Amino acid sequence: MIPWFGWITVLLLTAGLIGALFLSPPDYQQGESVRIIYIHVPAAWMSMFCYMTMTIAAVIGLIWRIKLAEVVARVSAPIGAWFTFLALVTGSLWGKPMWGTYWVWDARLTSELILLFLYLGYIALQNAIEDPRSAARASAILAIVGVVNIPIIKFSVDWWNTLHQPATVSKMGTPSIATSMLIPLLIMAVAFMTYFGWLVLKKARCEVLHRERNSAWVKHLIEDSKH
Amino acid sequence: MKPRKKRMWAVSLLVIGVALTTALLITAFKQNLLYFYSPTQIAAGEAPLDRSVRVGGLVKDGSFKRQDGSLTVSFVITDTAKDIPVTYTGILPDLFREGQGIVARGKVIAGGKFVAEEVLAKHDENYMPPEAADAMAAAQAAKTLNQ
Repeated sequence: MIPWFGWITVLLLTAGLIGALFLSPPDYQQGESVRIIYIHVPAAWMSMFCYMTMTIAAVIGLIWRIKLAEVVARVSAPIGAWFTFLALVTGSLWGKPMWGTYWVWDARLTSELILLFLYLGYIALQNAIEDPRSAARASAILAIVGVVNIPIIKFSVDWWNTLHQPATVSKMGTPSIATSMLIPLLIMAVAFMTYFGWLVLKKARCEVLHRERNSAWVKHLIEDSKH
Repeated sequence: MKPRKKRMWAVSLLVIGVALTTALLITAFKQNLLYFYSPTQIAAGEAPLDRSVRVGGLVKDGSFKRQDGSLTVSFVITDTAKDIPVTYTGILPDLFREGQGIVARGKVIAGGKFVAEEVLAKHDENYMPPEAADAMAAAQAAKTLNQ
């Protein structure tokens, strides 16, 4: 199943990038600079999606004590942190030519930066505690406390006067983006999603093998691969 | 109560507690989180005079003037209800044009005038190819003619 995720990601990324860079039109106001949307917006969506995945997995681990859920939560965090970083950097590079600044302390940008710190805090807490089970429990609490930031990021552009413009795709009624631009954007979003799925499965496999390194079945696997 | 159920309650209470606290905090800080004032708020004297504030609105059509031989520009920023005259010296962002939404940081001086230190362009949530925008403008013009 893991290679399937990999291949679908490669396929969608190729299609999405061709659509984004060659087939889609320039914007009526922003010209060619609009193309950064095809990386920025999916990355920003993923930064929130990864956090939700991480928190739900952490909650399942906390309540039902399922080891695999703890593993998924743990491996999701660095991926989400990188997506957040990517969203912040691409947003900053987009902001300079369009808004005239790399960074402003408006509600949307600030709450996204807090999300990055939440990820980093979660990763730090995971690594600070030796025993993986107690690390999972402690960091799950942090993830749950931080989840309150997700609706703040989403609705910050509606609640406050921000420099960042309000939502385009999830707007009530029809999305206010031309179809020729929406299609590559959605392809890129799905590609980022399958990429996340691919990475989580791969990293979770490594993590499970590492945690069970002293168990009989892992030793069997190693023995078998030697022959 | 089973320990699993107990943990479920604890998690739910934690989420509700944190959400409530944040909601209260946000309501309390609502004023400080405001990124910019509208021209109406400035005209009503809601913005402090002694420190630097931001004002957001549209650049009024036909109000943009550039002083010859310098980077100093002047324009009017409006929210269609109230107008605020602005002067600025420096480089304007790409998206700056008449009718465009902008955010200017600077000071309110006597007479309700605004001296900007920084001008940022705000863009809206609409994305479309130039041809579509032209077509829409043409349709709009045709509609106005018919009326």
